[in-house]
Amino acid sequence: MNEAILLKTGEIALKGLNRGSFEDILVKNIRWRLKPFGAFDIQRAQSTITVRPKSDDIDLDEVCDAMGKVFGIAAYSRALVTEKDLGTILKDAVSYLKDDLSGIRTFKVEAKRSDKSFPYKSPEISREVGAALLSAYPHLRVDVHNPQMTVIVEIRDFAAYIHGAQREGAGGMPVSSSGQALLLVSGGIDSPVAGYMMARRGLKISAIHFVSPPYTSARALDKVETLLQTLTDYTGNITFYCVPFTKLQEAIRDHCPEELFTIIMRRLMMEIAVRVARAHDLPALITGESLGQVASQTILSLAATNAASDRPVFRPLIGMDKKDIVAIARKINTFETSILPYEDCCTVFTPKRPKTRPTLRYVEESQALFDFEPLLAEAVEHIEEKVIRLEW
Amino acid sequence: MEIYLDNSATTKPCAEAVDACVNAMTKTYGNPSSLHDVGFAAEKCIKEAKKQIAAALKCDVSEIVFTSGATESNNLALVGAAQAKIRRGKTIVISAVEHPSVLETAHALAQQGFTVKTVQPQADGTFSAQSFADAVDSDTTLVSCMMVNNETGLLLPIAEIAAAVKAKKPDVLVHTDAVQAFLKLPIRFPVLSVDLMSISGHKVYAPKGIGALIVKKGVRLIPQITGGGQQNGVRSGTEPVPMIAAFGAAVAAQRTKLSARMAHYEALSKRLYDAFSQNEAVSFRSSDACVPYIVSLSVFGVRSETMLHFLEQKGIYVSSGSACAKGAHSHVMDALGVDRMTADETLRISFSPDTTEEMIDILVSAILEGEQTLAKQRVRG
Repeated sequence: MNEAILLKTGEIALKGLNRGSFEDILVKNIRWRLKPFGAFDIQRAQSTITVRPKSDDIDLDEVCDAMGKVFGIAAYSRALVTEKDLGTILKDAVSYLKDDLSGIRTFKVEAKRSDKSFPYKSPEISREVGAALLSAYPHLRVDVHNPQMTVIVEIRDFAAYIHGAQREGAGGMPVSSSGQALLLVSGGIDSPVAGYMMARRGLKISAIHFVSPPYTSARALDKVETLLQTLTDYTGNITFYCVPFTKLQEAIRDHCPEELFTIIMRRLMMEIAVRVARAHDLPALITGESLGQVASQTILSLAATNAASDRPVFRPLIGMDKKDIVAIARKINTFETSILPYEDCCTVFTPKRPKTRPTLRYVEESQALFDFEPLLAEAVEHIEEKVIRLEW
Repeated sequence: MEIYLDNSATTKPCAEAVDACVNAMTKTYGNPSSLHDVGFAAEKCIKEAKKQIAAALKCDVSEIVFTSGATESNNLALVGAAQAKIRRGKTIVISAVEHPSVLETAHALAQQGFTVKTVQPQADGTFSAQSFADAVDSDTTLVSCMMVNNETGLLLPIAEIAAAVKAKKPDVLVHTDAVQAFLKLPIRFPVLSVDLMSISGHKVYAPKGIGALIVKKGVRLIPQITGGGQQNGVRSGTEPVPMIAAFGAAVAAQRTKLSARMAHYEALSKRLYDAFSQNEAVSFRSSDACVPYIVSLSVFGVRSETMLHFLEQKGIYVSSGSACAKGAHSHVMDALGVDRMTADETLRISFSPDTTEEMIDILVSAILEGEQTLAKQRVRG
């Protein structure tokens, strides 16, 4: 069976003069995602990208799953590529759409005839295909206003296309079309979701994580790498920076007021993240903070943390409820890993009564009680960098 | 030359599996539950194997529970699900051609007060999805139906069965014994709408002693082996890391090129069918409804055990009916309406990717020779 996958671009179709460059990035991302499956022919026309496998042994189910995770694709469907002959089209439509039509009651047919030499006009094609489907599947009826499925038949230059049911794509904008940013990732539920949401807005993601052995374990680090691995399904490869943080945490414990342990720790993390971002030309940071979720995420705590960054900090979860965040984590398959019970750097040395309304001045004065600079420089120098790759 | 044509009984472990197993015994020997690095290395080894198996079934890694083999998987699925759902009902439905590990487990449940309903095949030997749905009543909590029958290669329409059963009663759990289908037919666990699936290592070129039950997220089972709470408490006992690693490696080695292997099996079975098409003494149990890598045939007037040993002298290894049934009457043949005489003459020939057309030709001439020389034993006709 000769099939193609049709990808509908979403938001980027609305772009003006630079739409072409958005589409270039999207097609590049699609090509990269398709590479392990085999050779494909990719064509662009209006707001549709047509992907046709060049050999028969490619598993299109798997390809469809992968395409469903590419940002910038609003919807996708499979289509049967068949002969431009009305009789063949009718016969093929009936057999090809059997599964799609079995679970629904109402449909309509839309025909598009770009090859004007085809002897039937679009309304005639729609009528004939509709009649053939109705007689083959008597449980169906036509509803032109609000159908459960729109069957699309296209007559193109070299072949006719019969589209199957349309599925929702990952939406958003192509990864890299908005630039790059550095995600601060802890191992909890929120940060992977934040990374997913910003990648969906077209950012290419790098990630930074802080480890404090022996207070944190190898399993905790592995958990973070597993989370990022899961994210690569959507984001593509992620450059991962792992920062040794033990000495800084011990210094905070030994020299700063207990009620500010967490705030100062977060400011130092932010400080290191900024240095990494600067070194690798990443113009923004991303965190999974959500207003009021914990003591370090109150408005004043966020202000104190924010002051440690010289570049925009994107907090896509800031206005979201935990249950909405969890719903996304489940959808992108990070939830199960996130709830594994390992100690992470944020839970080491947590104060008994953390300050929830710290003024920036108090925080800065407390942080100045110790010269963190040599330890910061040492931590940055010993960062381990690796690329977490999408697995096939 | 050894011609091993009993791959549905067991397979020879592949090099990848052997290497992974040795590696896990010599290097990652830790207890995966230990907190230290040596333990963590063993845990990673299990994680890797889970990924390899999840990739083959398109399931989630968290849905894999390792067992000692498919017999244990089937026991855990049936008893674990029946017990977990006991407040909702006490009836389970199975097909008449299940493997003994399902059949006998169902009988054991029947002795504990459960009702077991058995779905029979239609006159043509196939199963209809509707007959399973018809067997489901308000007391039913579990339906178990295999994917491919181990004796005849009959393909059962499990996707349709699961859909029909769930359409009638959505909270019924559906279990499938996929041992003879795994890595041969394309299986996508999430779209099958089954809740539990048993697979085995030694049928797919891993060693004996390892299998898995795939448990859909959210499905609760009562553990049948309790202890240290390994594998989320579903199946306690320190995980057999070398076996698991071998299982994962074997699966990874075969998870692609399913259609190419299937084409190879089709060519082999066609060669076998064609060779005997003009020979009235040889009849086939397998039909269009069967998978091509298991061929069930009978040689008129020659008991399968005799033929099996005759072939064995020539270095050809096949099975009489099902290897598990050793000498006993086959309930599958009974269910399919095969008379006992013919059932006694039935051989099962099952292929591997290494099976060649030349081997088939040698088998064919050996069967013909056997049919000639052993013919004097004929008691009928």
